[in-house]
Amino acid sequence: MGGTSPCASCKLLRRRCAKDCIFAPYFPSDDPQKFAIVHKVFGASNVGKMLQELPAHQRADAVSSLVYEANARVRDPVYGCVGAISFLQNQVSELQMQLAVAQAEILCIQMQHEPAEPVAVTQNPELDDSNPHHQRQQPYYLQNEQYLNFASSSNVIQDSLQRESFFGHDMVS
Amino acid sequence: MISGRCAACKSQRRKCPSDCIFSPYFPPNDPQRFACVHRIYGCSNVGKMLQQMPVQMRAQAVDTLYMEARWRIEDPVYGCVKLISQLHQNLNDTESELAKVKALIAFHKLQISQVNELHQPDLDASQSNVEQFQFNYSTQNHYPWFIN
Repeated sequence: MGGTSPCASCKLLRRRCAKDCIFAPYFPSDDPQKFAIVHKVFGASNVGKMLQELPAHQRADAVSSLVYEANARVRDPVYGCVGAISFLQNQVSELQMQLAVAQAEILCIQMQHEPAEPVAVTQNPELDDSNPHHQRQQPYYLQNEQYLNFASSSNVIQDSLQRESFFGHDMVS
Repeated sequence: MISGRCAACKSQRRKCPSDCIFSPYFPPNDPQRFACVHRIYGCSNVGKMLQQMPVQMRAQAVDTLYMEARWRIEDPVYGCVKLISQLHQNLNDTESELAKVKALIAFHKLQISQVNELHQPDLDASQSNVEQFQFNYSTQNHYPWFIN
C-alpha cells in the first residue's frame, strides 16, 4: 500500500490527496503553514486554477511568489507587497542621489587636479565594465531586461525571501 | 434598485444591499477592477480582508489588492515579486557602486594631501611631476587593493 501522507492542502481541506494532486509537490505535509497562508489570502481554488494554467516547470516559482505575497499581505493587510515596493523604491532613489553627489565630488576633484585631462569620472571602468547590468539611463524600477534572465530559477525568489527583514518596518514612507 | 449595483454585486449577480462592503470601492463603471481582484483573490477573501480592517483603510487596501492582482495577471509566475527582486538588485548594485566611489574619493583625497605635503617647499619646480603622479593614479587602473 503506497500510503503517502496527504499534502498540506488536502490535510487542511480535509479531503483525499489524489496521486496527481496539483498541490502535493509544492505544499508538503511537513509545512502546513505555507499552504494555510496562501489559502487565507488567495483561496485554494484560485491557487489551483493558477497552477493549472502554468507549465509544470514554472509552478514551483509561482508557489514561492504566491507564498511571498501572501506573507506580505498578512503582515500588512492594507499595503501588502506594494508597501515593500514603495519602500524599496525610496531606498534606491535616495542611494542614487547619494551616488550622484559622490560622482560629482569625484568630478570636482579630478577637474581641480587634472585640468588638462578629459573629464571621464562617470565612465569609471571599474564601475561600468565590470557590471554589465548597470544602466544609468532608465528609471531603476523599469530596468527589466537585464533581470529577466533569472526567470524559471527559484534562486531569485529565495533571494527575495531571504531579504524579508527589509519589510519588517517602514512599509510605506 | 438593480441599476445601482456595485461591480462586485453585478459580477456575482446578486442584489447590492445598502451596506454592501464592496460598493464604495468597486463602482459599477469600472467592472475590470473587481474582475481582476476577484480572479486572483476571490470575492469571499476580499470581503473578509475588508471586514477585518478599519473603514478608513479599506480604500487603500483595495487599491493595493488591485495593483497586485494586475501584476499577477500580467506575470502569473512571479507577479509583483519580480519587481521586488529587481529593486533589491538595484539597491545592492547602487550600494556597492556608492561604496566604490566613496572609497575612490577617499583615495584621491589622501593621494592629493600626501603629494601636497611632499612637494610643499618646491611646488613650482616639481609641478609637472605632481601632475604626472596624479595622472598615473587616476587614469590607469592603479586602484588600491580594497577597491574591487
